[in-house]
Amino acid sequence: MKITMREAIRAAIDEEMEKDTNIILMGEEVGQYNGAYKVSQGLLDKYTDKRILDTPITEEGFAGIGIGAAMAGLRPIVEFMTFNFSIQAMDQIINNAAKMLYMSGGQLKVPIVFRGPNGPAEFLGSQHSQALQTFFFHTPGLKVMAPSTPEDAKGMLKTAIRDDNPVIFLEGEMMYSWEGEVPENEYLIPFGKAIKRTEGSDITIISYSKPMKTVLETNEKLKELNINAEIIDLRSLRPLDEETIYESVKKTNRVVIVDESWPNASVASHIGWLIHKNVFDYLDAPVELVTSEDVPMPYNHKLELHAQPTVEKILNAVKKVMYI
Amino acid sequence: MIDIKKYDKELLMDMLEKMVLIRRFEEKAAQSYGLRKIGGFLHLYIGEEAVAVGAIQNLNLSKDYVLTTYRDHGHALACGLTPNSLMAELYGKITGCSKGKGGSMHFFDEKKHFYGGNGIVGAHIPIAAGVGLKIKYLKEDGVVLCFFGDGAIHQGSFHETLNMTKIWEIPVIFICENNQYGMGTDFKRVSSIQDFSIMAGSYGMYGEQVNGMNILEVYDTVKKSIEKAKNGIPVLLEAKTYRYKGHSASDPAKYRSKDELEKYKSQDPILILKNEMIKNNLLKEEEFEDIDIKCKKIAKEAADYAEKSDEPDLNELYTDILI
Repeated sequence: MKITMREAIRAAIDEEMEKDTNIILMGEEVGQYNGAYKVSQGLLDKYTDKRILDTPITEEGFAGIGIGAAMAGLRPIVEFMTFNFSIQAMDQIINNAAKMLYMSGGQLKVPIVFRGPNGPAEFLGSQHSQALQTFFFHTPGLKVMAPSTPEDAKGMLKTAIRDDNPVIFLEGEMMYSWEGEVPENEYLIPFGKAIKRTEGSDITIISYSKPMKTVLETNEKLKELNINAEIIDLRSLRPLDEETIYESVKKTNRVVIVDESWPNASVASHIGWLIHKNVFDYLDAPVELVTSEDVPMPYNHKLELHAQPTVEKILNAVKKVMYI
Repeated sequence: MIDIKKYDKELLMDMLEKMVLIRRFEEKAAQSYGLRKIGGFLHLYIGEEAVAVGAIQNLNLSKDYVLTTYRDHGHALACGLTPNSLMAELYGKITGCSKGKGGSMHFFDEKKHFYGGNGIVGAHIPIAAGVGLKIKYLKEDGVVLCFFGDGAIHQGSFHETLNMTKIWEIPVIFICENNQYGMGTDFKRVSSIQDFSIMAGSYGMYGEQVNGMNILEVYDTVKKSIEKAKNGIPVLLEAKTYRYKGHSASDPAKYRSKDELEKYKSQDPILILKNEMIKNNLLKEEEFEDIDIKCKKIAKEAADYAEKSDEPDLNELYTDILI
């Protein structure tokens, strides 16, 4: 069955809401408007406004209400119309959702999912086009997931909804109309399990979410150069599947990490450090990163495209690591 | 003045004893802080006891909930958390109510529906509404009391939450404990209005100002408010109160006059109730002395318990991060 990313995410929410009446969905325009990106289309009709809550434009407030409801026993899914607006709710996410279990000495769990579009879009300027995963990746007490296919999105979101911890679920803003095969039967994709998109022996390319598509495009060029790349899709950032990464590095001895967030103290730089620390002896070259440029996103399309990881940048990084 | 004769003696004695316990517990905590047995911030509640005790006395904590700020010792004691577990928490011991991982600002007791003990000004206000949303969603018969200070009332989280609480008819009573100072700043210098209860009107809620030094006034007003909140009208109360100590134990409170402090001490919430009870033959001076001695003893025993308790094992560092 071939469906879009938005349909896969909707199906995950729908199937879980059907099973568990403690699950509610809340956010801006998730109900009557059917969702800004139409992820929640039809859910209001099915579940009524008791379970699909349209909120005012108040990210800190409704994120906090979701957290309180989760502490008291509900299982809210909080949609951020875009993760750009989650910055207003950062205090709630970091100070309350992520720390409540710890500072209550294990008493108060927060089973909540914060989900919505993340990452660069087009022509939206600096405030509406950015990849924010590093902020959440940085924070103990959160789990962070970022799928790259409809199949993964559905199986991962179902896992996230059933989890008793606060989960940040990042959907690439440009990915909602992407199509992919999704199994008919019910399935779950666990936390902390990366997947190899290709097997290879010459170089390991690590990525996740939307840039996976760019990595796979780059791979077509690498094949022409007879470079046999092993491509790892992380899927889950926290917890991180370090084993799969190290096994691959031991085999290929060369690594490029592709991450559309900013380079400083980022998901990519942390993984680069882990590799240098844990499998340094297997490396034939320093790990190379391809990230967003270290700039706010420009509006101009030429600049905008250049700010992000591109096929050319990944190709150059591979060549650099392979000394060719 | 409220006619004290309409209350059960048992209720009055209970409330009096709880206020005295809070006072003596905190004095002991301040002493231990001075001896460096307790670290970090220590925001004392002395002077404000009538607000927590009077309000929480109305609750049934098997179905109702309480959330408060970093000035949480009084509310925790009023909710029935044991002095031992609270003092141990201040000492950072494993026997503390939050296993020594919370400290003064982060008392919690899930079973007693005491959801903190929250350290960021105003950030627990939406959390309280979320707990109330659960009550509404599951059609339970509970109510949430959310305490915060005059400093928090200007936060966006407060205004965002009141709006949503009203549109979703969530059963929450917001209680602003106006102790007159947000940290070291007189609230009048930073507030566009001086009667915070009128803010309720902006959100179509019920608002009322109450004398937070008079426990019977607090008790009655909260009782009435609970009925309103359960009937879909959230409530904002402003309890006018006063803290005798500085913002935290390290604050000498030089921003206010001795005269002002003495004026408030003369209308001490414990004295007000005690004198009224004595006047009406509901209490004898000796009985009060007995209560006081008993509470001092409980506070001392709590400190001994905390002192003797174990530190958390180092492996506790990595527990309770995720389930």
